[in-house]
Amino acid sequence: MSAEGTPLLSVRNVSIRFGGIVALDGVSFDVAAGTIAGLIGPNGAGKTTLFNCLSRLYRPTGGAILFEGMPILATPRHRIAALGLGRTFQNLALFRSMSVLDNVRIGAHCRMRQGFLAHALALPAVRREEEAARAAAAELVALLDLQPVADVPVAALPFGTQKRVELARALVTRPKLLLLDEPAGGLNHEEVDQLRSLIRDIRDRIGVTVLLVEHHMSLVMSVSDKVVALNFGRVIADGPPAAVQADPDVVRAYLGTEAA
Amino acid sequence: MDMTDRTWRRIGLAALLALACLLPFLVSSYRTFQLTSALSYAIALLGLNILTGYNGQISLGHGAFYAIGAYVAAILMDRFGVPYWATLPAAGAVCLVIGFLFGLPALRLEGLYLALATFALALATPQILKYKLLEDWTGGVQGIVILKPDPPFGLPLDQDQWLYFFTLVVAIVMFWLGRNLLAGRIGRALVAIRDHPIAAETMGVDTAFYKATTFGVSALYTGVAGALGAIVIQFVAPDSFTLFLSITLLVGIVVGGLASISGALWGALFIQFVPNVADHISKAAPWAIYGLFLIAFMYLMPTGIAGFLRTLAARLTRRPSRR
Repeated sequence: MSAEGTPLLSVRNVSIRFGGIVALDGVSFDVAAGTIAGLIGPNGAGKTTLFNCLSRLYRPTGGAILFEGMPILATPRHRIAALGLGRTFQNLALFRSMSVLDNVRIGAHCRMRQGFLAHALALPAVRREEEAARAAAAELVALLDLQPVADVPVAALPFGTQKRVELARALVTRPKLLLLDEPAGGLNHEEVDQLRSLIRDIRDRIGVTVLLVEHHMSLVMSVSDKVVALNFGRVIADGPPAAVQADPDVVRAYLGTEAA
Repeated sequence: MDMTDRTWRRIGLAALLALACLLPFLVSSYRTFQLTSALSYAIALLGLNILTGYNGQISLGHGAFYAIGAYVAAILMDRFGVPYWATLPAAGAVCLVIGFLFGLPALRLEGLYLALATFALALATPQILKYKLLEDWTGGVQGIVILKPDPPFGLPLDQDQWLYFFTLVVAIVMFWLGRNLLAGRIGRALVAIRDHPIAAETMGVDTAFYKATTFGVSALYTGVAGALGAIVIQFVAPDSFTLFLSITLLVGIVVGGLASISGALWGALFIQFVPNVADHISKAAPWAIYGLFLIAFMYLMPTGIAGFLRTLAARLTRRPSRR
């Protein structure tokens, strides 16, 4: 898969239990740099739980997660973004009172260093850093067509627009791997088409590897280089989209839920 | 649009500054003393607003930091002969450290639970100040009387006017530092923690460090204000720093405007002067009148005085440009 040998992300035998419920049960898969990977599975399969393990919101009861070959399960939560692991949230996690531009600028936080004292004294280094952050944020605001609403508080915007703000905010962190949690949720046909080309652009033009949790099957299958299918916390298929789609276990998992 | 907003703000600020410089020559020395006291409250309110308004950590105990600042200043002047102006950095530093240390265990507490923990701080402070073993320093129940400083360099000002200008300069410096702190990365991180702590951490904000440091910075502001208050009133005693002071500070930031820098000034004028006005209206039940004022302000200006002025300014400046 990966020419260099080390995958960008390696999930190894990750398990997590909440009370008596096993949410993830020995999950293993790799994501190679420069690819778009899809993570599918019926509701409750453990997709978002896995994302939350990757961004250190949950602590797995077993297993390891390697990013660029380095274990990250001992890394504090607030250092994950600086490593190059960016994410969006399924149910939006924006800073409601802040403007679109400020929300996006928060993404640059992990790339800035000036602290309390430097800011209080308005040192020249602060001005330079702030200017760079503003430029980086403005660039993504433009890329995601958010310019007309840049100064509007995010809480006042429609759902689809808020999703784009989250995407811009995640991209400003300059991720190597972008975790997208159901980016197509709540979008209409046209918006899904735009999202498809946007995800491709993110990989092809910005050079960011993408791991995508998505229920929108045609989007996942058309955009992904490979797909991992989860059911009841276990990997039931891992391979090229067409093969995963035809996999009898995957078909059964989906028919099972759809028939219910 | 942006340009005119900024210009208007500068004009407003210059007018306010000019007024602030003229006032002590226009009013009685008692009023000047009151204005000085209001300026010191404004610094405390900015500190509390950074913590509660911007960062979302509620404190019912900031009177304690005000008290610590006041006592540091009084003890340094009374026992060690430190000049009054040099007590301010000391009061700020002591409160920064204590605030930071208090902020660390407070990390585990949210919302009402944090309110209760800080409430305990406010309750305990007057009694700790009366504690026998500290009496040598604190003067126990009697408190400490300090001398009013004279204007330096033979300036043609009386003592009240000099203290007013001294406090004004300190307030301007503290507001400038506060504005800088809140204008960029740090200010955004504080608001992000208030709005969505988990997302803030995912974006790389070290929420534990930021919350504890913000507690320290907030205490620093309140401590400097307390030191100024002590110098202005020339007296510290345990019963000046009861729970009522902590609540009054909270009233100040809400009436002035949460998460607003100018709100600290408006709130300070409110908590300084409205009790006086209420007293004028009814000698028998001034706090009932104060309560009515509070309810009226909350009802008419639900985003505080600062929010009200912002809306007003937006209406006045935007209407002509749209038509």
